[in-house]
Amino acid sequence: MQTATATIRAQGFTASFDGQPAVRGLDLELFPRERLAIIGPARSGKTTFLRSLNRLNDLLPGFTHSGKILRDGKDIYAAGVDVAELRRKVGMVYATPVPLPWSIYDNLAYGLRLAGIRERSRLDERMEAALGYAFLWNEVKDRLHEPANVLSGGQQQRLCIARVLMLEPEVLVLDEPCSGLDPISTAKIEDALVALKEKHSIVLVTNNTKQAARASDRTAFFLLGALIEVGPTAQLFTRPTQKQTNDYLMGQFG
Amino acid sequence: MKMPTISPAFTQRIAVGLMWTLTGITFAVLVFILAFILVHGLPHVTWTFLTQAPRSMGREGGIFPMILGTFLVAGLAVLVAAPIGVATAVYLSEYTREGRLTAVIRFGADCLAGVPSIIFGLFGFVFFAITLGLGLSVLSGSLTLALMVLPTIIRTSEEAIRAVPSSYREVSLGLGGTRWQTVFYVVLRSALPGISTGIVLSLGRSISETAAVMLTAGSALRLPRSLFDSSRTLALHFYLLSREGISMPNAYATASVLIIAILALNLLAYALMRRFAIKVGR
Amino acid sequence: MKRDRVIGAILLVVAMSAISGLALITVFIFREGVPIILRVGAKQFFLSTDWEPSLGHFGILSMLVGSLVVTLGAAVIGVVFSLGLAIVLTQFSPPGLSSALKPVIELLAGIPSVVYGFVGVVTLVPLIRHWLGGPGLSVLAASIVLGVMILPTITSIAIDALQAVPRSYLEGSIALGATRWQTVTMVLLRAARSGLVAAVILGMGRAIGETMAVIMVAGNALDVPRSLLAPVRTLTSNIALEMGYASGEHRQALFATGVTLFVIITLFNVAALAVSRQRDGRGRVR
Repeated sequence: MQTATATIRAQGFTASFDGQPAVRGLDLELFPRERLAIIGPARSGKTTFLRSLNRLNDLLPGFTHSGKILRDGKDIYAAGVDVAELRRKVGMVYATPVPLPWSIYDNLAYGLRLAGIRERSRLDERMEAALGYAFLWNEVKDRLHEPANVLSGGQQQRLCIARVLMLEPEVLVLDEPCSGLDPISTAKIEDALVALKEKHSIVLVTNNTKQAARASDRTAFFLLGALIEVGPTAQLFTRPTQKQTNDYLMGQFG
Repeated sequence: MKMPTISPAFTQRIAVGLMWTLTGITFAVLVFILAFILVHGLPHVTWTFLTQAPRSMGREGGIFPMILGTFLVAGLAVLVAAPIGVATAVYLSEYTREGRLTAVIRFGADCLAGVPSIIFGLFGFVFFAITLGLGLSVLSGSLTLALMVLPTIIRTSEEAIRAVPSSYREVSLGLGGTRWQTVFYVVLRSALPGISTGIVLSLGRSISETAAVMLTAGSALRLPRSLFDSSRTLALHFYLLSREGISMPNAYATASVLIIAILALNLLAYALMRRFAIKVGR
Repeated sequence: MKRDRVIGAILLVVAMSAISGLALITVFIFREGVPIILRVGAKQFFLSTDWEPSLGHFGILSMLVGSLVVTLGAAVIGVVFSLGLAIVLTQFSPPGLSSALKPVIELLAGIPSVVYGFVGVVTLVPLIRHWLGGPGLSVLAASIVLGVMILPTITSIAIDALQAVPRSYLEGSIALGATRWQTVTMVLLRAARSGLVAAVILGMGRAIGETMAVIMVAGNALDVPRSLLAPVRTLTSNIALEMGYASGEHRQALFATGVTLFVIITLFNVAALAVSRQRDGRGRVR
């Protein structure tokens, strides 16, 4: 798999829906080979920010933006950008696992088939690697042609991670991937992220501050659409510089 | 003084018994209708009956031209309406924003789906047969029927498409799929059972249709040699035979063939739905 | 990407053609039918029973009444049987049985109109004539036949309406000690009321548009029916019977009859839509 060389950088980025800003004046960088956690109460703009990274917000009516999001120095919202390629390189995993109503094999192969890659050998090769990274290979290697929805919730979510890995993305974006999963599945996914950061940049939105403390290198705190503070995880959690950060972590609000 | 009260449990027994009786009557009626036709008609449905042409206005001979006529008129109607209807449904649900315009179109399609077939027959007669000069022909008939089933196909296809969870679409787009790729590989594939059921039902409706074809395809007894020839469908033949009292045995036999065709179609629709349900993985 | 745009354009063209084609039909029918209503006068057209095309008299009241009476009769029969069916299938029958019975009901919907009419003429009409008098070809015969024909329509919509009622309502009622039947009458039917009414309205819309079966059993006499046993002619039958040889103003009058039907059915659809949007007891839609 290729190594991550891209950095993502938001510059004064504002995302609005029907005129109402969900994220305002965001300046945030994502470095290679790091896990960045984004925490904050509801309606802070965390998910909006994530969906702006792969331009999924374009699908929603009334979406407008200002400012830039730079990938390798180039604004992803510039005219003429190949959005499909962007989405292959910035892979997203959603809060609820969404296996498509097909076999495990077809789910995994779908992304590559969309890109025009169909040879069995290439698909199989990548599939084994992707499933390995998602810590799922041993559990499904003998039943790739079974329907994907017979898997458990935790397995389905790892399948979704593997599905995204098939495209060899540079950035992995995960929106509360462990919500609703049991602790064992959660631990497996967090372990997978540790291994994956060797080759990818990872952004992880989580409502669970303890998970952020466990499973990230840097943490950013969002509140009502603004970035309040960002810094190394250990430091943010023990010595936050902003009062709001401290109050949130202390459970004063949420 | 206390009035004797009927216990709720007793009321329930009576009420449920009544409901089951109504249900039983309903199915008895269905069975009666089918049995009545088939018992009187099946003995007369012979191979010669199915393959010969009618003689002396249908009093003797067979119904082969009518079978062919039905096949052509109904088959062509669905062949024309299905792709157009599904394409329209895809466009309306995947390529446009929800708004007043789409709501109006949907309401219009619902209304037209409920418009009596006789009105389509009126329109087809004046527009296709007279204005376009196609005359009473297979073509007039099938184009008219195509218009008649089009709203239904649009609506059932659209409902099937909208039933596909939006999360599927997001996943597909998130993996780098284009809009059409998403529609084709994910949406249509998942909506296929609903769409094909709608199409098969429209085929059944076309086969049963009498009033509209009477006015547009005519009632010629001869084998149609081209799409511009008039032709008589099975349903119309049955109607004329019974109304004019020409031949009761033949009338029953014609109706039997018609009913068996419809039964087969319904079975096909049912089997299709189950097969797709299994393939899609529950 | 480019291919995507081409496909989008093709779909646009097809969709626009289909929609404008269908709109054209509506326009066409109105354009052919409305002028004669205006020429004869709306009051004369709708409220006169004098239908004599050869003399240029075009009053459709007797057929209008005929259609409405027969539709109402069909609705009564349809409601009774469909409700019973729907309640039984959703509440009181084991799941295996109900999923086996549903396709059978769909079968009823597939039987051609002419077959219904034929069986009606051969079995029902003589029965009415023998036991109740009159010519047999009557409002009653037409109502019964139509009632059976619209049964599948009403039943399937009613089943949807009943199944849409949240289980918590039913479970709450049972938890309070009510029998299943009490739950049905006091909770289920009330909660599903708007959906059920919509089902009946849509069934009536189907009934009023029915042609062939009605022609065969209703008698087609041009008088306003005075009793259930009197023969009657509906708007649809009139069009079917006279279209073949009508020309000029007569044909336009038949189109005008079509316009009338179109408007009535649209009104039914609007009513069904309005009813099904009503809020239930807790202010939630349907």
